[in-house]
Amino acid sequence: MDIKNLTIREAHELLIAKKVSVLELAESVLEIAKDSRDLNAYLEIFPDMRAQAFVAQKMIDEGRSTMMTGIPLAMKDNILIKGRTASASSKMLENYVATYDAFVTKKLREAGVIFIGRTNMDEFAMGGSTETSFFGVTKNPHDKTRVPGGSSGGSAAALAAGAALGALGTDTGGSIRQPASFCGVVGLKPTYGSVSRSGLIAMASSLDQAGPFAKTVEDAEIIFDCIKGHDPMDSTSYPDNLSKKDFKKPRVIGVPTEFVRARGVDPRVLKNFEESLEQMKKSGYEVREISLPPFAHGLSVYYILMPAEVSSNLARLDGVRYGYHADGVNLLDDYMRSRGEGFGREVRRRILLGTYVLSSGYYDAYYGRACAVRETLKRDIEKAFEGVDIIATPTTPTPAFKIGEKSNDPLQMYLADIFTVPVNIAGVPAISIPSGFAEENGSKLPLGIQFIAPHFGEDALFAVGKDFEKARGGVSI
Amino acid sequence: MAIGLKDVEHLAGLARIAVSEDEKKILQHDLEEILAYVSEIKEAGQGGRKERGEQGELYNVMREDSEPHESGIFTEDILKQAPAREGDRVSVKKIL
Repeated sequence: MDIKNLTIREAHELLIAKKVSVLELAESVLEIAKDSRDLNAYLEIFPDMRAQAFVAQKMIDEGRSTMMTGIPLAMKDNILIKGRTASASSKMLENYVATYDAFVTKKLREAGVIFIGRTNMDEFAMGGSTETSFFGVTKNPHDKTRVPGGSSGGSAAALAAGAALGALGTDTGGSIRQPASFCGVVGLKPTYGSVSRSGLIAMASSLDQAGPFAKTVEDAEIIFDCIKGHDPMDSTSYPDNLSKKDFKKPRVIGVPTEFVRARGVDPRVLKNFEESLEQMKKSGYEVREISLPPFAHGLSVYYILMPAEVSSNLARLDGVRYGYHADGVNLLDDYMRSRGEGFGREVRRRILLGTYVLSSGYYDAYYGRACAVRETLKRDIEKAFEGVDIIATPTTPTPAFKIGEKSNDPLQMYLADIFTVPVNIAGVPAISIPSGFAEENGSKLPLGIQFIAPHFGEDALFAVGKDFEKARGGVSI
Repeated sequence: MAIGLKDVEHLAGLARIAVSEDEKKILQHDLEEILAYVSEIKEAGQGGRKERGEQGELYNVMREDSEPHESGIFTEDILKQAPAREGDRVSVKKIL
């Protein structure tokens, strides 16, 4: 069995035909996970794989299986699984054991998924390289001197190495799409509100969204279909009837050329992007230039709203009810020390930044202004979608960078999110799909293309994504 | 955008985060640089165009305060996570 290239669809067919058992499949995946331990993709391999496999096999044997039954999946360390540690790769939650299942966990469990383990990430999902993890950096399977991207870098690396058939991540400003691009896999950031945030460790609540990593667009669709749906426990979750839209096959792709070319984008990325667009033209799509000036402000809006929400969300971590506790001389000192020692440097930086933009005297100039520009950006994207069906950009301005290259320069690190953050700000869905490689010193570094659709336009993303895969001819990781 | 060491100390105090002397200087530099970058937002899209409400389309989502779960079924799980407990309560230092 060629596990590394095995898709969820293929594995499902093997399981149903009884050509392989759930346990055999899970054990083969686990073997790869053990062999690729040096990547530091998994923080923990769960000890109950056999018990999970037994339940899933029973579902198959009794004819109650779904597409996801018996499929070994990796879970990002900020998604709660009852009874399992969920640390968000932070010292603060190093020993925190989840007291309930996240909505997505419940959905996957009901479908009979095998949770292989929890994967490394940037601390509290703050970063684009997994370098801010308290548990050390994850290495890119395509070049171990480079980062896998982030924040869901462990999920992307585990999948790319063959140590899972799919993975879950969360995306606040690109944390699924950017690592998917760096590791040569598919990553989907669904429409805000289409997948419940209940049971995700919150970072920036108006931007956070959980979504799948997969080897193919079809697999991403299978996982998405399993985890989506209305949840009364998340007040921003959309009712199911809202998300059902008449599907129209996309035909026109808009490219915000000025935005794509304006910044310091690697020429190899631009060349690959142009080639991808040519392939789409050959597949019958019309490619049209569009103007989206507010996209250029995306990063500024993001680095105001996100830290503001971070500073508020992470206020709950005070060393009193759960998490790291350091004893001080009084209660205030307990707080100061627990938070000072429990949070890593990037988290402390963002909390202070958020505290600043929300403080009286600066609130209007930063937070208020960013909220207003967010509305402009949303409206302009809506308007752009009156003329085109899909918007395309590269996923990232460069291929995967070296470990340590940007870790002391936060602003440079933030610029890696330039193409992905406007999507979260607008709340629309987007997918990153492998589009080729950039060669560097003998390594083939994966590149990705990002397709963006209007709200609830996941079907359009899957349609255009499958056409793109077909045009590129076969998929190999 | 000048940020002084005093500002960093003030912010750290508001955020309840103990920060070392060395880190204060690093934070001062980083915050200045990041704020200088995001300050371009002040000029973005102003003038002429009417913007949607500044806070967007936010509204409160309410539900009935009903269907309580059976009392005490989560107590043990939750208290197991607390750094210090006294019976069925979380224990903290004196507040007043």
